[in-house]
Amino acid sequence: MGGEPTDVLVRDGVIADIGSTVSARGASVIDADGLILLPGLVDLHTHLREPGREDAETVETGTRAAACGGYTAVFAMPNTNPAADTAGVVEQVFRLGQEAGHCDVQPIGAVTVGRAGRQLAELGAMADSAARVRVFSDDGDCVSDAVLMRRALEYVKAFDGVIAQHAQEPRLTEHAQMNEGQLSGVLGLTGWPAVAEEAIVARDVLLAAHVGSRLHVCHVSTAGSVEILRWAKQKGYPVTAEVTPHHLLLTEELVRSYNPIYKVNPPLRSADDVQALREALADGTIDCVATDHAPHPVEDKECEWQAAAMGMVGLETALSVVHEAMVTTGLLDWAGVADRMSFAPARIGRLEGHGRPIAVGEPANLTLYDPAASRVIEPMDLVSRSRNTPYAGMTLPGRVVATFLRGRPTVLEGKPQ
Amino acid sequence: MKHLLSAADLNRDEALLILDTAEKLRELADRPIKKLPTLRGRTVVNLFFEDSTRTRISFEAAAKRLSADVINFSAKGSSVEKGESLKDTALTLEAMGADAVVVRHGASGAPHRLATSGWIRSSVVNAGDGTHEHPTQALLDAFTMRRHLGSLEGRRVAIVGDVLHSRVARSNVLLLATLGAEVTLVAPPTLLPVGVEEWSCGTSYDLDAVLPKTDVVMMLRVQRERMTEAYFPSAREYSRRYGLDSVRMAALPEHALVMHPGPMNRGMEISADVADSNRSVIVEQVTNGVAVRMAVLYLLLAGAAGSSPGVASAEDAVPEQRRWERA
Repeated sequence: MGGEPTDVLVRDGVIADIGSTVSARGASVIDADGLILLPGLVDLHTHLREPGREDAETVETGTRAAACGGYTAVFAMPNTNPAADTAGVVEQVFRLGQEAGHCDVQPIGAVTVGRAGRQLAELGAMADSAARVRVFSDDGDCVSDAVLMRRALEYVKAFDGVIAQHAQEPRLTEHAQMNEGQLSGVLGLTGWPAVAEEAIVARDVLLAAHVGSRLHVCHVSTAGSVEILRWAKQKGYPVTAEVTPHHLLLTEELVRSYNPIYKVNPPLRSADDVQALREALADGTIDCVATDHAPHPVEDKECEWQAAAMGMVGLETALSVVHEAMVTTGLLDWAGVADRMSFAPARIGRLEGHGRPIAVGEPANLTLYDPAASRVIEPMDLVSRSRNTPYAGMTLPGRVVATFLRGRPTVLEGKPQ
Repeated sequence: MKHLLSAADLNRDEALLILDTAEKLRELADRPIKKLPTLRGRTVVNLFFEDSTRTRISFEAAAKRLSADVINFSAKGSSVEKGESLKDTALTLEAMGADAVVVRHGASGAPHRLATSGWIRSSVVNAGDGTHEHPTQALLDAFTMRRHLGSLEGRRVAIVGDVLHSRVARSNVLLLATLGAEVTLVAPPTLLPVGVEEWSCGTSYDLDAVLPKTDVVMMLRVQRERMTEAYFPSAREYSRRYGLDSVRMAALPEHALVMHPGPMNRGMEISADVADSNRSVIVEQVTNGVAVRMAVLYLLLAGAAGSSPGVASAEDAVPEQRRWERA
């Protein structure tokens, strides 16, 4: 993590020794000179699309992409078809993850039946299932009903759960296409105003404080939300938040092209928002980076802006984007990256065996990263089944060299194993 | 110039060239034979994803008077409605050898997408996209103003109504600013876009205060359905505050023009007597539309490549080889 060079010995999936005098007969040696060793990354917000949209991604392809991005665990969002709103579906996704073996898959359960926002799903059954669900979200849709949100927050206290809210006031964002501002007016695209996010964040932090339960805010995208979160944390409210890599690097200016590759929800915002999000991630107001990896087939992006699907793939570029936006700018060191991309998300999601310090006796979930490398992002090089990366043609720093899941290499020399 | 996607694509010289060319071409309308051989052998496709008979007919007449072959492609069931995708339609047109595609689409940016995606190599003319732009409408409006008022430099134009949803307003603000006119947008605050204060125009909520200082008042169509979306309380209240009737028209200076891009909601944004009055140039706008669209097609497709009606200069022509390299 940017400290003194050292050797690490892994045996039986566990870190067995660390130091300059490590030795073990018959061990395979990986020369990591000049590389950074990070705890295996944890993504609190991944769309694996299975079941239902296997044309966009499967658990197998999505987790392989995750491993290539340095991840050893991903939380799978429940907006599948059928929605992951029962113990049966979350267990199916959990098992598919185990069978694929590229990284651990921790399903997120839907808050409401069919993610329809009317009736609570069987949260307890999902918590008690083999998938051990602790994070619940209707992501893609906001739990906009204040009473339902309050009850969900209260109910999950019974098993130390957390409600991950997609903060979007639905009426204020009907037909919304891009950030509302001067540019949306000029481009003639219906605006998605910052207040539609901030109004829900403000309501929810107050609800969380009122019932004393854990709230997690998904993909925070505005400077105003950051201010509300900062206030809530100063008050000691039980609130955490995530930001996506794309909201740390890209701005709404890209929408001028009308190229739907830049269409995402919440939308790309202004340069001022980007700066506020970076600072919030640096000072801990925003706890972690989560990709919101959202694969879509080509035809859903090769069309008019208005007709296109919202979302971007992100697992394979997340670490490089954070490197560019946070490390190159001096806002975060590598220990900070380890916290925001591994320790914090595992802690928020109550995920055991991940996000642990690199220490003797800990599970060997590890990522080797070459910070000196750089690469031009080519959509066809992606391991994900989908190609909708907004970074196509961009040069990004760094490269994941190897990923280890409990000591077993899932990626070696940048290639999935 | 390869495409006409936005009024912002035109600098002052280019805009004036189109207007001057249109002026020459309009004289043609008074000749016994109204046809020029300029675009013989070229194919213009009218690709309309939205119904708009008047715009389509205007482009069709313009292309035919320049002897182009015209194909009307009414693409109902666009990809917005999950029919054939824009891409597949574009590939079809490319295969048919279209030289220019005139596109009307309900989605903002669709013509831009068509022009920049690499799916087709032809010129793209935006004939109205969503709530974005309608550049040839702005050109014909400027053309009409110029015929009555001379140079637009310093002329005061009020654009009144549903600016938020109006592609006509957007294109007019851009073009009129380029031509040196002073534009004021007049609307209830709910029907002005966020960030309008950064546009190259003024704004007002008070029509009566603006009218006496106006050379041109352009009324925009206001859909009654906006009422149900809470943009204004009722059609009656809208009409009272922002409608142009004969009482309000009397507040205009003697020489002022009344315009409307059509189709009109008589009794809503404009009263029937105003629409039919001698101040109104609404019917003339339609006539001028053909001449302006002829000029646009001519300059995009023929440029200075011979058979000139004596207006275009060499630098406006798009060399054949450049046309292909964009694709």
